[in-house]
Amino acid sequence: MTTSEIQAASALETDKISKHFGAVRAVDELSISIPATGMTSIVGPNGSGKSTLVNLLSGTLPLDGGMVIIDGKGLRVVHAFETPDHGLTRTFQEVRLFDQITVWDNIMVVLTSRPWLPALFERAKPENKKRAQEILEKVGMWEKRGALAQNLSYGQRKLLEIGRAMAMEVRVYLFDEPFAGLFPQMLERVKDLMKEMRDQGHTIVFIEHNMDIVRELSDHIFVLDSGALLAEGEVEDVLNRPEVIEAYLGD
Amino acid sequence: MTSKAKFLKDNFEMVITIVVIGAALIFMLSQGVRFTIVTGTIIGIFAILGIGLNLVIGYTGLLSVAHIGFFGVGAYTTAVLTTNPNIEPPKSIDVIPSIGMSWFAALPVSIILTGIVALLAGFVLNRFRDDIFTLTSFGFAVIALGVFRNWLPVTRGPFGIREIAKPSIGIWDFDEPWEYLVIVMFFLVVVLGICWLIVNSSFGRVLTAIREDEQAIQVFGYKATYYKLAVWVISAMIAALAGTLIAGLIEFIEPPSFTLLDSILIVSIVIIGGLASLWGSVLGATVFVLLEEGMRFVPGLPVGIEGQARWAILGILLIVLMLFRPQGLVGRYKL
Repeated sequence: MTTSEIQAASALETDKISKHFGAVRAVDELSISIPATGMTSIVGPNGSGKSTLVNLLSGTLPLDGGMVIIDGKGLRVVHAFETPDHGLTRTFQEVRLFDQITVWDNIMVVLTSRPWLPALFERAKPENKKRAQEILEKVGMWEKRGALAQNLSYGQRKLLEIGRAMAMEVRVYLFDEPFAGLFPQMLERVKDLMKEMRDQGHTIVFIEHNMDIVRELSDHIFVLDSGALLAEGEVEDVLNRPEVIEAYLGD
Repeated sequence: MTSKAKFLKDNFEMVITIVVIGAALIFMLSQGVRFTIVTGTIIGIFAILGIGLNLVIGYTGLLSVAHIGFFGVGAYTTAVLTTNPNIEPPKSIDVIPSIGMSWFAALPVSIILTGIVALLAGFVLNRFRDDIFTLTSFGFAVIALGVFRNWLPVTRGPFGIREIAKPSIGIWDFDEPWEYLVIVMFFLVVVLGICWLIVNSSFGRVLTAIREDEQAIQVFGYKATYYKLAVWVISAMIAALAGTLIAGLIEFIEPPSFTLLDSILIVSIVIIGGLASLWGSVLGATVFVLLEEGMRFVPGLPVGIEGQARWAILGILLIVLMLFRPQGLVGRYKL
């Protein structure tokens, strides 16, 4: 494959992006190209910069250097509020719902006009209500729609957050540890949702520690260590490389 | 749980509404019809102030103590524009001449001017959040009070401004207390209606999301800054309406009506009544005003300490509420 073909097939690229916290190089001149199709996993030991990478791509943290390349445009500054314009959405490692509003409103809130003035004169549109209902039924939360998000169980919160991301209907979904702490039944449900989204042609990127899940789901894998790319490629091949095994079991 | 206790638990908000409004009416009517009308008018004005403030504190989660300043800007604008030009200003200061505008003409000027002031203050305040926001908004209240006290040519400083016009249309003056009550209640209903539309719009839903997690809602494409600025200006304009109404009611304003203590006391209207509940602010204003007006009639209370007794009771009420019902009487959000 030539370089231009790789670029055409990538959903999102980074060019030497960096993020430093004091002396810690959380992400250090990292250049990756995320394939447009299939599921891509990001793995690496704790503190290897996985979440920081997602935070940089979604504008949740400002870049210290380098640029993110989306649709052929290089961005040195990524604004959080432009994330949907870039065709991206995300979930958070520590679930971040809007706690003191209802499950229903947690979905409806992302289905409305973005500029404040039209939003001021907008009531819930029938098509958006229908969409919210579809999503809540899909993630199995329809019966809970009147509950406050803060009163849900941990697994339900994870599902609702994934539902909120699904409501965005974008190209690329960044899931930060979507399976962490889930019971098997919930875990299967999240897997099924992600597979379904992949089959619809969306790009799925997820961070995961459990290698069984990584092997089962990913088509492509990036291994990070100390903010730099340690390995990337096809899953079985990458996970058997000695430097990857050492990074995980080294100390 | 007995059925009675269950009924109380399920319908707590309705019960508390009936209890508060009922007790208020019985108390006010026992003091006479005139007292009821005047007190009802004051309650209406503070309810308007509380409802506007609730948009910012209860719905958007910005604990503002600046609104006494907007209340004051509204009141002073009306006062300056409508004070009787034929009375002699204090001799010791140069005062800009009054143009003797009518109250209804001054109302939109006062609201728009306050909106502009709020927009300018908002550009600065928008940079801060949480406790730093509260401190900075307090700074605004300090500056506003300083201006009221010291900008002598306009505000006449400690002399205050007298003979503020009452509302009138043509030859009909609204100078009877009941007429003023009707005007205040009219504006209260309008403000309730507008704010109900706001909080039930898509805009209102985004405000609550900003309150819960400002950074997260941005990732979904919302510019939280614009939303906060918009609700801030709307809320300040409602405070200006309340200020214009109080100026027309008492026909005299002076800086001690807009002190730093008041800036925090009006927040208690929102907190007692209920965060993120418009109706709660009406209840909050009822409790707040009746504590002031009612304390005078407590038997056995030595003359001269009613003022202090009021603060003590208000303080105890706030502490008890925070302990047992942190969302306020009928609130939807816990601080």
